[in-house]
Amino acid sequence: MSKNSYSPMRAFLRHFVRNRLALVGLGIVIGLVLVAIFAHFLAPRDPTLQSLPDKRAKPGGRFILGADEFGRDILSRLIYGTRAALLVGTVSIAIALFFGIILGTTSGYFSGVVDNLIMRTIDILLAFPYLLLAIAVVSAIGPGVLNTTIAVGIWATPGFARIVRASVITIKEADYVLAAKAVGASDFRIIFNHVIPNFISPVIVYATLYMANAILVEAALSFLGLGVQPPTPSWGLMVSSGRDFLLTAPHISTLPGIAIMITVLGFNLLGDGLRDSLDPKLRNL
Amino acid sequence: MISFILKRLLLTIPTIFGVIFIVMLTIELVPGDPVELMLGEHATQEAVENVRTALGLDKPLLTRYFLYLRNLTRGDMGRSIRENRLVSQEISDVWPATLKLTIAAMMIAILVGVTLGIFSAVRPGSCFDGVNRVLSLFGLSMPVFWVGLVLIVIFAYWIRLFPIGGTGSWRHLVLPAVTLSLPSIAMISRMTRSSLLEVLKEDYIRTARAKGVSEKIVIVKHALKNALIPIVTLSGLQLGQLMGGAILTETVFAWPGLGRLMVRAIFARDYILLQGAVLVFALVFVLVNLIVDISYSFLDPRVGYR
Repeated sequence: MSKNSYSPMRAFLRHFVRNRLALVGLGIVIGLVLVAIFAHFLAPRDPTLQSLPDKRAKPGGRFILGADEFGRDILSRLIYGTRAALLVGTVSIAIALFFGIILGTTSGYFSGVVDNLIMRTIDILLAFPYLLLAIAVVSAIGPGVLNTTIAVGIWATPGFARIVRASVITIKEADYVLAAKAVGASDFRIIFNHVIPNFISPVIVYATLYMANAILVEAALSFLGLGVQPPTPSWGLMVSSGRDFLLTAPHISTLPGIAIMITVLGFNLLGDGLRDSLDPKLRNL
Repeated sequence: MISFILKRLLLTIPTIFGVIFIVMLTIELVPGDPVELMLGEHATQEAVENVRTALGLDKPLLTRYFLYLRNLTRGDMGRSIRENRLVSQEISDVWPATLKLTIAAMMIAILVGVTLGIFSAVRPGSCFDGVNRVLSLFGLSMPVFWVGLVLIVIFAYWIRLFPIGGTGSWRHLVLPAVTLSLPSIAMISRMTRSSLLEVLKEDYIRTARAKGVSEKIVIVKHALKNALIPIVTLSGLQLGQLMGGAILTETVFAWPGLGRLMVRAIFARDYILLQGAVLVFALVFVLVNLIVDISYSFLDPRVGYR
């Protein structure tokens, strides 16, 4: 094979590394993952350690980013908060991907009654405005990290199912699938060997963009008091708890908000960059 | 076109039934006995049984579902547990405030978003386009509740231009509406830009320019009109986003709307009130999507014949 032969992977990588914003996004995401893994070493203090004489301490001095209403170090809580955000985001998107792929593939591949049944259910779930489905689920099953993850996962599943179905409908008419059917391959084998590998990359790109939204939904649920519960450090919860001191100590609420924004921005930039590199038609949009 | 509208109307009915079923199903998900949770641990067994019977929770889910549907046709959504008021009354008391907030945010989002998108698309790659694209990404990444708090600090505390929260004059509406509109401005601006860039490549635009039509007319009359479908779709979807965001914005600004009522119902474990509030949000969203779909057939007559 010639040295200059076209490789989609090489073209994708070449385009991706030229996209400076995407690289910034990748840098932010890698940085966040490292912060979450090494939180124990990076945090200057125990994030739950209270020091009432230092309550609402301003940034600088002993507390680099100040202290909250219980005298807990905000920087340490922000560092540990990365874990809650990434954990809920990643696991909930994994749940949504798992069920989205099962429902979308079954619906798109088998069509007919099964397709109608699954898609009408998906339509019903999509009829709930943003956040409402997650709120409804979490208000029923209760707050906490696990329940928030389940609620965000359920919230994201219908979107994935629709995207997967749309891809499967196109793929199942492709010649290589028809050829596999002609030689007698089972549906199960066709789905796993030919259908899923052909839609998985765009779906993973979509997952990156959904991850940004999942982190926003987790933060929103925690802000409302329905998500992660105290004393576990969660950025949404930190914004909420600092509200009462907004005018006297605005740093308690505003700093966690900046952490949420940077994280969501990182995933949005990365997702946009991956999508643009994967789909040349979108590159100039 | 009429058959398209009728078909679309008929398709909405099963979705509405499904939405009601899912809302009722959430109460089934409550671990333990919802009535015991509502009344608290000190409630007597007799009181629990009485409330359970009164709410119909002693009946199977499907029976309750059909009873609820029957009552709903009479506008009866039950009584709230805590206040013992009609849920329909509680909702109609607060609904206008949410509607006012959502419509104001929607108007700001469409006006600012479309304008920014047009200016970005007519000079792609310009300094303005670059700044707008980066700002849009920030707009999509900022949590609504945090934006609200930052705006309160700046405009209500430092500059003292607007009140911190509550309702009353138009000045009370400015900060919540702007807060709520920011993510939608970012989305609509991005969509307008990309949709307009696609249309501007079309042959009929080149023809219009070649025959000497002014650039302003080319953009507004030829390009924007054809770029409208994705923008209208997105705006419809944004209304769902705005209603969800209203729950957060109303909490931040103490705005007495449906979102705040819902949060109150969750903490009071008033599942009947919560059920009604979620249902109203979802039904309005379904109806908005229906209107958006129907509006396609006016924007693009080809849709009606498909």
